[in-house]
Amino acid sequence: MKDWPLWEVFIRSQHGLAHKHVGSVHAPDAALALKNARDVYTRRNEGVSIWVVPSAAITASAPDDKAALFEPAQDKIYRHPTFFPVPEEVKHM
Amino acid sequence: MYAQMVDTGASRLRSREEMDADEQAFQARIDDGQKIEAQDWMPEGYRRTLVRQISQHAHSEIVGMLPEGNWITRAPSLKRKAILLAKVQDEAGHGLYLYSAAETLGVSREQLVDDLHTGRAKYSSIFNYPTLTWADIGAIGWLVDGAAIMNQIPLCRCSYGPYSRAMVRVCKEESFHQRQGYDLLLALCRGSEEQKAMAQDALERWWWPALMMFGPPDADSVHSAQSQAWKIKLLSNDELRQKFVDQTVPQAEYLGLRVPDADLRWNTERGHYDFGAIDWSEFHAVLKGNGPCNRERLQARREAWAEGEWVRAAALAYADKHAAAERHSQAA
Ligand SMILES: [Fe+2]
Ligand SMILES: [Fe+2]
Repeated sequence: MKDWPLWEVFIRSQHGLAHKHVGSVHAPDAALALKNARDVYTRRNEGVSIWVVPSAAITASAPDDKAALFEPAQDKIYRHPTFFPVPEEVKHM
Repeated sequence: MYAQMVDTGASRLRSREEMDADEQAFQARIDDGQKIEAQDWMPEGYRRTLVRQISQHAHSEIVGMLPEGNWITRAPSLKRKAILLAKVQDEAGHGLYLYSAAETLGVSREQLVDDLHTGRAKYSSIFNYPTLTWADIGAIGWLVDGAAIMNQIPLCRCSYGPYSRAMVRVCKEESFHQRQGYDLLLALCRGSEEQKAMAQDALERWWWPALMMFGPPDADSVHSAQSQAWKIKLLSNDELRQKFVDQTVPQAEYLGLRVPDADLRWNTERGHYDFGAIDWSEFHAVLKGNGPCNRERLQARREAWAEGEWVRAAALAYADKHAAAERHSQAA
């Protein structure tokens, strides 16, 4: 028999934080994916909310595109506040 | 360890000059302490070795539930039963984290399970020993999980991202396993003469198999050298074993139990315990399939898989039926 489909599991650990990827589970449908994710990834109060997403539905950037995607940000140091010196006299900014 | 004598396919360690450009860049990333992720280019040997290692590790977690499961219905109190259930459930979780990590390398769950059931894939030698008394449950937590922790903590730093992240999760849960085992033995050792004798007997049967878990000396092994270069093995078998002995002997003394090794003594010069020779013929026999419980363990796994087949098929049929109904109502 073929494997049950794979689902990626995301858990929000506390109110106010973002969901974070924790791993994956196999399940025949979304409802069982949630149940399995709960058993596998939250046995110790790890979360207050779970998302499950079919692994096949995720589009990921390719490692080879790393330079094209992320290098342009590297020479734009003026996007960081530390680029701008604040005069001694102007204390809090 | 949970993965023992992992074959890397290497016949010798190649120098940098012998590698092609991709391999050189890959090795440079590893030397630089970077993590390798599933989509990154990797040498075929690295991928295959990791599949072997991670799946062996996963199979050990799963088969490892059997010896302990043997005592769930016979735990001496509700408290101990609840603790043992939680511990065994954790091991199922560890198996699942690790199967997921292996699957990121392009192998299917079905294939992994099939490799275990047909005997193509191995699992740790330690789970082929029987759990004859309640004290064995204590000895397993204290010694077997204790030895596993020794190995798994350095693996949190291994080069493959999904494996290292799985190890971080596992390590967070492992310390409960070791402590509940020690606590169980402590209760027996503070109990009646018979209870203490039961704890002593368990230590005598589990001590040497626990030391064998780390695998034969591998300082000169080409596979270990290759695995260390790839940072999927971080310490040699003997280093880990020595750490384990140094940590465990004082714990046995606190219990008032005698470690079954006439050659065991503290070596002031080395700052370590010296210990007796290990009978590696026993280890190799167990690995070959001739330990006390090899057949029983595989049989139990195969039966569980076969008897669960209708559940897997029914759940899938139910999901398919509902997905079809959903499509139908959306189309209407
Ligand atoms: Fe485990
Ligand atoms: Fe454990």
